[in-house]
Amino acid sequence: MKNRLLWPLLALAALLVLNLVVTPSFFSLRIQDGHLYGGLVDVLKNGAPTLLIALGMTLVIATRGIDLSVGAVAAIAGAVTCVHIGASGDAGTAFAGMAIALVLCALLGLWNGFLVAGLGIQPIIATLVLMTAGRGIAMLVTEGQIITVNNDPFRQVGAGFLILPISILISLAVLGLVALTTRKTALGMLIEAVGVNPEASRLAGVRAKTIIWTVYVFAAVCAGIAGLMISSNVSAADANNAGLWIEMDAILAVVIGGTSLAGGRYSLTGTLLGALIIQTLTTTVYTIGVAPEVTLVFKAVVVIAVCLVQAPKARAALSFRKVATT
Amino acid sequence: MTESPPPVVEMRGISLAFPGVKALQDVDFQLFPGEVHALMGENGAGKSTLIKTLTGVHTPDSGTVLLAGETVAFTSPGDAQQAGISTVYQEVNLCANLTVAENILLGREPRKLGGIDFKAMRTQAAAVLARIGVHIDPASVLESHPIAVQQLVAIARAIAVDCRVLVLDEPTSSLDAGEVAELFRIMRVLRDEGVAILFVSHFLDQVYEIADRMTVLRNGTLVGEHLTKDLDRRALIAAMIGRELGALEAIEDASERRTASGPVLVRAEGLGRKGAIAPFDLDIRAGEVVGLAGLLGSGRTELARLLFGADKATEGKLLVDGAHLHLRGPRSAIAAGIAFCSEDRKGEGLVADLSIRDNLVLAMQAARGWSRPVSRRVKDQLVEKYLAALDIRPANPDALVRTLSGGNQQKVLLARWLVTEPRLLILDEPTRGIDIGAKAQIQQLVTSLAAEGTAVLFISAELEEVVRIADRIVVLRDRHKIAELDGGSSIDEVVGLIAGEHLSEEVAS
Repeated sequence: MKNRLLWPLLALAALLVLNLVVTPSFFSLRIQDGHLYGGLVDVLKNGAPTLLIALGMTLVIATRGIDLSVGAVAAIAGAVTCVHIGASGDAGTAFAGMAIALVLCALLGLWNGFLVAGLGIQPIIATLVLMTAGRGIAMLVTEGQIITVNNDPFRQVGAGFLILPISILISLAVLGLVALTTRKTALGMLIEAVGVNPEASRLAGVRAKTIIWTVYVFAAVCAGIAGLMISSNVSAADANNAGLWIEMDAILAVVIGGTSLAGGRYSLTGTLLGALIIQTLTTTVYTIGVAPEVTLVFKAVVVIAVCLVQAPKARAALSFRKVATT
Repeated sequence: MTESPPPVVEMRGISLAFPGVKALQDVDFQLFPGEVHALMGENGAGKSTLIKTLTGVHTPDSGTVLLAGETVAFTSPGDAQQAGISTVYQEVNLCANLTVAENILLGREPRKLGGIDFKAMRTQAAAVLARIGVHIDPASVLESHPIAVQQLVAIARAIAVDCRVLVLDEPTSSLDAGEVAELFRIMRVLRDEGVAILFVSHFLDQVYEIADRMTVLRNGTLVGEHLTKDLDRRALIAAMIGRELGALEAIEDASERRTASGPVLVRAEGLGRKGAIAPFDLDIRAGEVVGLAGLLGSGRTELARLLFGADKATEGKLLVDGAHLHLRGPRSAIAAGIAFCSEDRKGEGLVADLSIRDNLVLAMQAARGWSRPVSRRVKDQLVEKYLAALDIRPANPDALVRTLSGGNQQKVLLARWLVTEPRLLILDEPTRGIDIGAKAQIQQLVTSLAAEGTAVLFISAELEEVVRIADRIVVLRDRHKIAELDGGSSIDEVVGLIAGEHLSEEVAS
């Protein structure tokens, strides 16, 4: 397990060192109005939605699945909440809106679970349905407009601070909760068993379908909370662009963290590292002044490098060279 | 068929080992032009390995393959096909969404101006189909035809090249009687053209109908080669199943066995599943070992899966302790105290990438639900107990099951169910592919479990084993339960029943 996390840790350290070299002020922290500010805090704050979605994605991937619809679900959550809040400024309306949004997200997760576990459709296709249709639903909810709100309690979710950004506190709380429920109960082991061998698990009496269903609901709720953060951070719901491509970042985070897309063994700590790497990378692109037109290419190069050092073949070649030179 | 022409294929002294298994040991094989030659043997006898050695999938460790008198060394199935050896597998390996003609000529399409000459392709395909008397439109899409016709298209594809040897690996397993007759007609046409046909089937009736000669394999060794007319069914089955003696004396003698008189634990009344197993009645008493005997494909596994709820019954009912049990899936069977060790250890049994510990407690944990984890202390106690009791090696609970040998994997799977303290333990081929020591341990375990009052349903392809440890033997043939015998029955009696109605004719004549 430690060995598996070594490479992501090194990659994260390397990125941070790169930032330190380019912008020496990157690590400096200052407290202003009881808030912590600094480059690292920005990474955490902006990485919170990705981390949250990646957590849900980790469990889905552990069951051999994948959920492409999380970005669209995030957009729906933001849209529903903002439309419900409207011009209101009070906390009650904000919380009601968020509650409605999350219940709706859970229903969308049920839908994904129904397609995958109930009907046996391949996860990538099953969730592609909602990935495409979800944006449309969000558009219907917002009637094609960008809905802006001015509601202070709602703004706290994505932009607020309790010394640290509230969004990262929420994500870390969910991480802790997931770690506890999966590792202190038997859920984690059962999820892994279903991911490694669904038929053997069924014949051993595991409720394989129920477990698969549950992880999709969880992933959708995570996506919903992430959507609230994204929307709250800008006090607006943008059906087209909120959470766009975030599913890709989340999947990358999971894979970089060492969880195999083939299902089975998963690592929540790995996913945390993966999400931090992705976000640090995005931040780095800005801080070291990569030209906007090559940003995506730069990201791709780093991701390929991280994946390569984790690939058994590449690692074997690497260690062979080490042996040969010494 | 006489032996006058020289053999088109001759394999001499073929040996091939996979890690831990000697798949083939010094096997000789001859195939003559213009004959249908059946390759016989139970699962794991080495039939597929021999075929794959012939067709270039495997390279033998030693021995030579001669094609028309010349030594050949194929390194890929493509090589073999170039040399005139075509193979049709059990599963239709064609592209369902292409046309019949495209499938027949895939990879060797007639060309015109750098593109495919579709017109010539259809003409050529039609000619091939006509040769075997199949009248379908070459331009039709393959998946618009039933499986049987697709199988014939696969054969057409195989003979579209210059084909001297045609290998048919269980081509009839998904065909009905009429379709089999059509296949046999085509086989005879090809045979009369001088094609040598190697045929593998588990259906004895079919083998006796079509084959001129047969070669019998058992445990990777050659048992014998016979003209079909010289080998009656009983002798064939005895040759296939064999008599494994020695090394198993640890098991108590069948004559010492009590006839179980405990209460009926599980009763099947007209239980059946369409296409899998015909309705059957069966009583299993506490403390009794019931053996299931029958050839591969006779419905052994299907019967077991119905009792466990792994497949849903389409008719009949199951009673446990006299009360009707509606099986909605494995969970309800497990709740009623029924456990099932699948014959497919890797696919349906173990979770290979989890540890011995996790695999051991999986069924128990699943029954408790996720929210009530088995405590670490209890887990360690269970693991320690069963690692020692079943002599599982390595005795390291954190070892991944994937890294264990077949025998130890089987023991882990057994232990998983023993942990749940089942009342009926269904063992499907628990001793297949494992070494003789582990085999004896498992057989002993079955006997002692029964002595403690557990009912055991024991399935094995090895009749010797079934006869030795079962108190009662249920015989299956062609997906029907045909008889029940007492534990004291001889292998000959069971063999006679498996061989079927033709036996009585032989006896009468």
